[in-house]
Amino acid sequence: MTYLSKTMILVAGLALAACTNPDRFEDQAGLGGGGFGAGAGAGAGSVSDPTSPAYFQQAIGDRVLFAVDQSTLSPAAQATLDRQAGWLMTNRDFTAVIEGHADEQGTREYNLALGARRANAVQEYLVSRGVAGNRLRAVSYGKERPIEICSNESCYAKNRRAVTVLAAGLGS
Amino acid sequence: MMRSLLTLLAALMIWAVPAMAQQGGPLRLEITEGVIEPMPVAVPDFVADTPAAQELARNIARVIAADLTGTGLFREIPAAAHISRITSFESPVQFSDWRAINAQALVTGAVNVDGAGRVIARFRIHDVFAGQELGQGQQLVGDRDGWRRIAHKVADQVYARITGEGGYFDSRVVFVSESGPKDQRAKRLAIMDYDGANVQFLTDESSIVIAPRFSPTGDRVLYTSYETGFPHIYLLDVTSMGRRALPTLEGTMAFAPRFSPDGRTVLYSLSQGGNTDLYSMDILSGASTRLTTAPSIETAPSYSPDGRQIVFESDRSGTPQLYVMDAGGGEARRISFGAGRYGTPVWSPRGDLVAFTKQSKGRFHIGVMRVDGSEERLLTASFLDEGPTWAPNGRVIMFTRETQGAQGEARLYSVDITGRNLRQVATPGGASDPSWGPLQN
Repeated sequence: MTYLSKTMILVAGLALAACTNPDRFEDQAGLGGGGFGAGAGAGAGSVSDPTSPAYFQQAIGDRVLFAVDQSTLSPAAQATLDRQAGWLMTNRDFTAVIEGHADEQGTREYNLALGARRANAVQEYLVSRGVAGNRLRAVSYGKERPIEICSNESCYAKNRRAVTVLAAGLGS
Repeated sequence: MMRSLLTLLAALMIWAVPAMAQQGGPLRLEITEGVIEPMPVAVPDFVADTPAAQELARNIARVIAADLTGTGLFREIPAAAHISRITSFESPVQFSDWRAINAQALVTGAVNVDGAGRVIARFRIHDVFAGQELGQGQQLVGDRDGWRRIAHKVADQVYARITGEGGYFDSRVVFVSESGPKDQRAKRLAIMDYDGANVQFLTDESSIVIAPRFSPTGDRVLYTSYETGFPHIYLLDVTSMGRRALPTLEGTMAFAPRFSPDGRTVLYSLSQGGNTDLYSMDILSGASTRLTTAPSIETAPSYSPDGRQIVFESDRSGTPQLYVMDAGGGEARRISFGAGRYGTPVWSPRGDLVAFTKQSKGRFHIGVMRVDGSEERLLTASFLDEGPTWAPNGRVIMFTRETQGAQGEARLYSVDITGRNLRQVATPGGASDPSWGPLQN
């Protein structure tokens, strides 16, 4: 004879305890695109205002792209980051989270590590150009947040990116 | 004796695909590369001891049959073909009627619902051609809501007695339930029976969650969540739903957590300054030990069943490959040498195989290899297969398959370690990152 009643009760108990987390993750990025390198969001300001996040996104360029599996910064990427560094040095009220991303050709956890490499490459470059390290933080989304959704190189090339997402307020 | 059915078990343990031929005498086995001939089995409706048990009696038999045929090792003889009707659990079985329709195994049972609402099921397994009961009849008792577990337990007994291997039907899977478009996919942690029934959500959609892992006893889950905005590891008790973040260094990202076989230690990846290495953490004290120090990516670790070794993924050679090292760290030896990229190694519960994801020529595969890297075999191929997890008995692998393009969607599939019997697991919507828990008590 095998008695299951005890475990059965535990299984039934689970349903009652089903979790309802409060909405804890308000998007951290806040300004200038709502994270994930999306388009201009609330609070981005006007692109004609050179101190606005919208200007940073569109005129300066908030993102750099990477070759397959790589985290090295191309000359074009370095030029973008030079402009980002200059802007951040001028507009010192902003901090930034650098989001590293990968395309879908790779396993989830490896891509998370790859995105971390990319975000870090950008962070280090900005610091080398004079931006205070405590204004920058890196995060990787791996392949969790593609911006383009087709499954070929034209989309993959845009998804292999690091996006500098501004947030208001000096952290330190 | 039950000799005839028991002969099958020997073959099932052998790697090569077994084939079974029945030629008048006792079951005979031929080990060939051909397709197995599934064993014909009859699972007539269980006998309802009371009218209240009628529906359960039918449903339990249906779930048993679905479990058995779902393995690809059994074929059900439909009720319409049955000559005998089982109207009493105690009456002798008319074996000639079941031989006449070539049923080799017969499962009979009875179901009662007592005054307290508990379900009491009795069952017997019969070796039809030997005209014998196979093992002893058993009785199972459970709550009404747990009737599927009773059916799974019966099916596990049938599977175990006929194949000689442990069953896997009374088990659960923790996974990530997915919804929404590809660029804004919402993810929630969920738990379900191995066959997709009884889905329950463990988190809401407010933050990205990835790659949960069941503890060896199935009572806790480790997973990675972005709820702070950065990936960190959480430990969830699935009974109390209590949950806590595991401590990691400020300014780092932690992910890819895995339990040790004794459930006391967590292996994980920590990214710091762009470099990802492996660490282990004592769950009780929260103290971490660094296991690798290479400037390359080290992630996706998995303990051997004895807890002494770790297989993991590293790109130290230039591309992601599989390595094995001692549980305390130190020198690692590469075990993957085929063309392509290897990731997500998972040590089998039996200890003899490593399942992995392989990327080659624009395709993804789930494969298995010996622990020393020999005898690599690819089991699947598609646009994107990844993240294998082992059934408790080490015979079946579940994994994520994602379809191509803007409408691409992730679903769970299972496949036998021989590469046969590829099946989609029924989930209510998109699903990824399965982790198969242990057989329940």
